[in-house]
Amino acid sequence: MDWAPAQRILQQMSPVGESDLIPLLQNLQDTYGYLPAEVLTEVSRQTGIPTSRMYGVITFYAQFSMKPRGRHTIRCCRGTACHVRGGQSVADAVGRVLGIADGETTQDGRFTFETVACLGTCFLAPVMMVDNDYFGLLRPEKVNSILDAYP
Amino acid sequence: MADQVLLTIDERRVTVAAGSTILEAALGAGIDIPHLCHDPRLVPTGACRLCIVEVEGERGLQTSCSRQAANGMIVRTNTPAVRALRRTALSLLLSEHRITCTTCDKDGDCLLQDYAYEYQADESLFPNVSPRPGQPNYTTGNAAIEYDPSKCVRCQRCVRFCSEVQMAEALTLRGRGTQVEVTTGFDVELNNSTCELCGGCVNTCPTSALYDRPAKGLGRRRDLVKVRTTCSYCGVGCQMDLNVNRKLNRVVRVTSEPGCLPNDGNLCVKGKYATDFISDRERLTKPLLRVDGSFREVSWDEAIQAVAKGLTALRDQYGPDAIAFQSCSRCPNEENYLMQKLARMAGRTNNIDQCATTCHAPTVAGLASSFGSGAMTNSIAEIKNVQTLFLIGANPTDAHPIVGLEMKKARRKGARLIVCDPRETWMASRADIHIKHRPGTDNMLINAMMNHLVATGRFDRRFVAERCEDFDAFRANLEAYPLDLAARVCGVDADLIRKAAEWYAEGTPSSIFYTLGITEHTCGTENVQNLANLAMLCGQIGKESSGVNPLRGQNNVQGSCDMGAMPAHVSGYQKVADPAVQQKFLAAWGLPLPTNRGGRITDFIEQAGAGVLKGLYCMGEDLIRSEPNSTKVAEHLSKLQFLVCQDIFMTETAKLAHVVLPAACFAEKDGTFTNTERRVQRIRKAVEPPGEARPDWQILCDVATAMGYPMSYAHPGEIWDEMARLSPSLAGISYERIDKVGLSWPCPSKDHPGTQFLHKGSFPRGKGLFHVIRHRPPAEEPDKDYPLILSTGRTLYNYNVGNMTLKSPAISQKQSQNFVEMHQEDAARLGIQDGDMVRVVTRRGAVTVAARVACKVNPGALWMPFHFAETSTNLLTNDAFDNITRTAEYKCCAAAIQKP
Ligand code: SF4
Ligand code: SF4
Ligand code: SF4
Ligand code: FES
Ligand code: FES
Repeated sequence: MDWAPAQRILQQMSPVGESDLIPLLQNLQDTYGYLPAEVLTEVSRQTGIPTSRMYGVITFYAQFSMKPRGRHTIRCCRGTACHVRGGQSVADAVGRVLGIADGETTQDGRFTFETVACLGTCFLAPVMMVDNDYFGLLRPEKVNSILDAYP
Repeated sequence: MADQVLLTIDERRVTVAAGSTILEAALGAGIDIPHLCHDPRLVPTGACRLCIVEVEGERGLQTSCSRQAANGMIVRTNTPAVRALRRTALSLLLSEHRITCTTCDKDGDCLLQDYAYEYQADESLFPNVSPRPGQPNYTTGNAAIEYDPSKCVRCQRCVRFCSEVQMAEALTLRGRGTQVEVTTGFDVELNNSTCELCGGCVNTCPTSALYDRPAKGLGRRRDLVKVRTTCSYCGVGCQMDLNVNRKLNRVVRVTSEPGCLPNDGNLCVKGKYATDFISDRERLTKPLLRVDGSFREVSWDEAIQAVAKGLTALRDQYGPDAIAFQSCSRCPNEENYLMQKLARMAGRTNNIDQCATTCHAPTVAGLASSFGSGAMTNSIAEIKNVQTLFLIGANPTDAHPIVGLEMKKARRKGARLIVCDPRETWMASRADIHIKHRPGTDNMLINAMMNHLVATGRFDRRFVAERCEDFDAFRANLEAYPLDLAARVCGVDADLIRKAAEWYAEGTPSSIFYTLGITEHTCGTENVQNLANLAMLCGQIGKESSGVNPLRGQNNVQGSCDMGAMPAHVSGYQKVADPAVQQKFLAAWGLPLPTNRGGRITDFIEQAGAGVLKGLYCMGEDLIRSEPNSTKVAEHLSKLQFLVCQDIFMTETAKLAHVVLPAACFAEKDGTFTNTERRVQRIRKAVEPPGEARPDWQILCDVATAMGYPMSYAHPGEIWDEMARLSPSLAGISYERIDKVGLSWPCPSKDHPGTQFLHKGSFPRGKGLFHVIRHRPPAEEPDKDYPLILSTGRTLYNYNVGNMTLKSPAISQKQSQNFVEMHQEDAARLGIQDGDMVRVVTRRGAVTVAARVACKVNPGALWMPFHFAETSTNLLTNDAFDNITRTAEYKCCAAAIQKP
């Protein structure tokens, strides 16, 4: 784990106290792409901010993640409208194509795959999003070509 | 009155201290308001909303736990609106809770159950969304604590306790909404987190979400009785409740009540989780007699006769110096009193001692010579109001954890913290000033501090002039200790020493705390006297929250000294040599007090080796494991013609004995312990002793009687009363008076309230005596062959020789192996990695243990605990002794590290 970027952040923000925790985590996540546990443990050692406190904040806010995230995020809807119109088979297809399960990230760091409650575009059900793009009225066989557009 | 407010609660007029909450006011007046997330030790959060009340003239309902009471307030706690809302809130809580009262350990002792019943909450009002049980979480593999999120009501008491009181910061809440669970940082297993296993989270949890894993299935509230007693480990003397299942004759778990003195419901890992030894299968259950080299089980009668015959014969043949009696600081006062009475009356000898010699004898001797009385000057409750804490050679968060909590309180209130310690302890790493001096240079350091204060006129001239004597010689001696010399010898920055001295002198008030880092040296008594010098010089003594505070190590080491289990004193520190004392005891006991000088434990061992001492009656202590240079101790003891060991386990020493007597432990008898703040507190019988084991006081009576000096008491209370009649400083204390809360001596009469702090206005010896103290190096200094300095000490998780604590799975899971701490520079030079096995070698022995490589100790220094039987650290330690009290230099000896 490359410790230098975290060291730089700590220097820039010094002195770091508990009230700086959220901006500190944001900076770390921007730099590393996620919040690696080893980095946080060392940051805790240096700043005295307990890891328990960090973990409480990280798990409270959806913006933080302790797992590496892919360059692109796929969100498949499992809301009621999508469900009755075959949403599950779309999600299954994504999983099959990428070889990962809900909540995981591909080995090559390209995609993170999540399912969510309702994407708010039920009239297009079944729906999925890749980053900020919506894809509606889906069928499982369309998944492959959609994903191809995201290198 | 300005510091009181008057309000009306449910039509009743209630007066409370200003700053109290409505809830506190109501509870104090006996008006019960439901409160699930409230704990008086914690900052209120208003999380559960059950404590809502109506305040007249205000809109909506208020949470009474977080709302301050104000003058003229009119509060209604039980209106239909309030009740309805509470019912809804409870129904919601039930929907997040897996309701399994039939199989729940907390059944009958659960706030949620009580309130749900009282308000007839409706568990079907909302769909149940409790998490699935049985998922792995941070406690899954833990032997002490079990967390079940499906029972958790998210009141956060556990998280807040861990952060606010224990300051361990192990716990947090993970997630949001209904998914919230308690966990550790990054979900690591509890024992890999910063958790200290205090069990406070379990004790405060209002449901069974957190529970003591060893207690699961061993009884619900209705199966258990709570027996209030005093912890049998350290000198803090925590009050705790043994939860006993009488059907199983077993202590199932330990709890404590917020509000009790001195621990306010808090415990450390030992009080909370180290009671498994009571019902351990290795307990001694039958008297044993050595016949042809091996032990045979015999009747009590036969054993007692053997003991009496053995000791009497040696006494009659060789005189009073041929036999010795080793009393025990772990045993109650009553038994210590009887042991010294037995020694003096039946044994006719002053050869009586206990393990204070191993630890705090220099305190008793040193402070007595400076002030006229050798005990902790202030109470534990005063610690939180100290403004400058001066710790030297003390590691309270490990060795006296509840005192540690009080110091944490003082810190939260803004106290300055100065720590002088060769090792980076919890307190040291959070101190404002950490003086990491070389082991054995305490007097150099203290003298330099005082030199600086005198030179710059920063001392209390008035106190010195009015309350002390012999200042001039003392002052002249200081001139040889300038700051820069001390900086060199101690290996610390002169500025740190200067600042520490100034802060200590100007604190309003300052208080000194020390333990064995000061006493366990060849200059132990001088170290203590020098701390007394420092306190007198600055006038930091004889006031509230200010004084010289030795933290006593063992549960009853204060008491065993108070009881006269020492060669030169009978109970209440009355001198054996004093003719008036001799007369009084002749009248009371019927025989004259013996006149021989008597010796200390360390003398006993040497004299056994020299063939002078022929018989030893040893109650409780495992000499071989506790005294320095174990190999030599064993050699010496095996020369005894007659050795009696009275213990709860077969110890290394007992293996050499001719008679072994099985004793009852603290949970199996009545009596009193005296804690470090001189507070006499009750212990109470909770379970029956195993097999034929008997309380020590009964055994002592039988032995004395068989030796021709009849002793008999119906109950330990009678022993106490006899002792109190004969001991002026304890005369006012009786079992009745300390039934609920203990009393601190001096307590000379039945109407005396006990003494919170000592030396107000004058010292017992009249004026405080300044001593001229010179720096003397340790007996053994590092050299070419043994280039490192080894210190030994205690850890939080274990206690002394470990034979009690290590019987608990919760503790052995956390810490069961010996280790040596070393600095990373030394490790790098020797090619040693963290976790490697290394041989620690001294002139006396060698043990192989795991290396802990970090920066906790300085380069050149080593540190080891002494709790572990297989790799006993006392094989290494030096049997060099304090010149006055014969306490051994456990804190420094020369050592080397080798790769095995
Ligand atoms: S575990 Fe107990 S104390 Fe902790 S939040 Fe849950 S119910 Fe409250
Ligand atoms: S046992 Fe004590 S230190 Fe450990 S998590 Fe619970 S409260 Fe915190
Ligand atoms: S602090 Fe001392 S007295 Fe209190 S529980 Fe721990 S060992 Fe027992
Ligand atoms: S249910 Fe899928 S978008 Fe609403
Ligand atoms: S006790 Fe007041 S909100 Fe819980």
